Amino acid sequence: MAALELDDSNSEFDKQFTNMAKELLENLEKKDMAGAVTVIQELQKVRDQSLYNEIGRLTRALHESIKNFRLETANAESPEGGDSELEQASHRLSYVVDMTAKAANKTMDKVEESMPISENIAAEASEISQEWKRFLRKELKPDEFRELVKRVSNFLDQTDQGTKQLNANLSEILLAQDFQDLTGQVINRVTSLVVDVEKRLVNLVAMAGQVDQMTGIQHGEIKSDMAEKFNEERGEGPQMKAEEREDVVAGQDDVDDLLSSLGF
Amino acid sequence: MKILVVDDFSTMRRIIKNLLRDLGFTNTSEADDGNTALPMLKSGDFDFLVTDWNMPGMTGIELLKAVREDERLKDLPVLMVTAEAKRDQIVAAAQAGVNGYVVKPFTAAVLKEKIEKIFERVEG
Repeated sequence: MAALELDDSNSEFDKQFTNMAKELLENLEKKDMAGAVTVIQELQKVRDQSLYNEIGRLTRALHESIKNFRLETANAESPEGGDSELEQASHRLSYVVDMTAKAANKTMDKVEESMPISENIAAEASEISQEWKRFLRKELKPDEFRELVKRVSNFLDQTDQGTKQLNANLSEILLAQDFQDLTGQVINRVTSLVVDVEKRLVNLVAMAGQVDQMTGIQHGEIKSDMAEKFNEERGEGPQMKAEEREDVVAGQDDVDDLLSSLGF
Repeated sequence: MKILVVDDFSTMRRIIKNLLRDLGFTNTSEADDGNTALPMLKSGDFDFLVTDWNMPGMTGIELLKAVREDERLKDLPVLMVTAEAKRDQIVAAAQAGVNGYVVKPFTAAVLKEKIEKIFERVEG
């Protein structure tokens, strides 16, 4: 781990610095000015030397880290082509969007196809039921009865076909949910890449911190107001852990309460 | 009753159109963001606007503000159907003049209730 190496070398540098400072103090107490100047020059040399060493080492570590971000092009022979892992990750997420859209559309196709079938069966059953009750009350004339028999016979055929079609559609709706397994696997892979990249970023931040410490550079606060304001207007999409957050509504009831408190 | 449904995801537009059809509203059109929706609203005779918030190009809240600023469209009833669930955002939408706010995921019953409430208020 690069971060551990950094700590070690830095404490070596600190130790040398502290020792020399003590020596300088001793020289000053003894009023040995020539000795003190020599120590100061030594100190300067140590600082410069360790700064150069450190920067050299950090440059190598940085280079290594960036390489490890897997931005570089992967094997062009691989099935996913010559893309880097981050590029592959975004392809994978697009694949998830495509798969879920396809599944949603397939499901809606089948539902839209099924609804008229069940509506027709329901309507016909309801009408036949009326006629059947008339028959039970002996209100039907022989002609009407013959008509009813024909109708019942047709209805049974229609129901037989219709329910078979409905069952087939339901099976297809069931199968259309297979995206969950595939997209789940893909998202898990991308998630582990994100975790990996985050770890490496933390490492980079630690390294940058070491450089700042060695050189005495200070940075101003980076303003993030702009990003926040931008999000407010743009929208952020679904909120995670909504139930744990005060600034987010937990559902439609909360929205209704909030709006009615505003006089809606 | 002519309704414009604005959402960047075609599946969501389709779900909303289906639910509207079940409620008896069959005359619906679609747009995928505010930039496409606004000219349609300006040139068409829409009676009702259902819009998402988070869309590329022009967002739903920007569309709502543009509608309220337009002399001819300013009284158009607008229902927001969105995943945006921050209190500040709901207050902002209310201040911009939204007529109803439904958070995703939603049920058919909620959509129906909000639409009926809006028409009650518009007609009453």
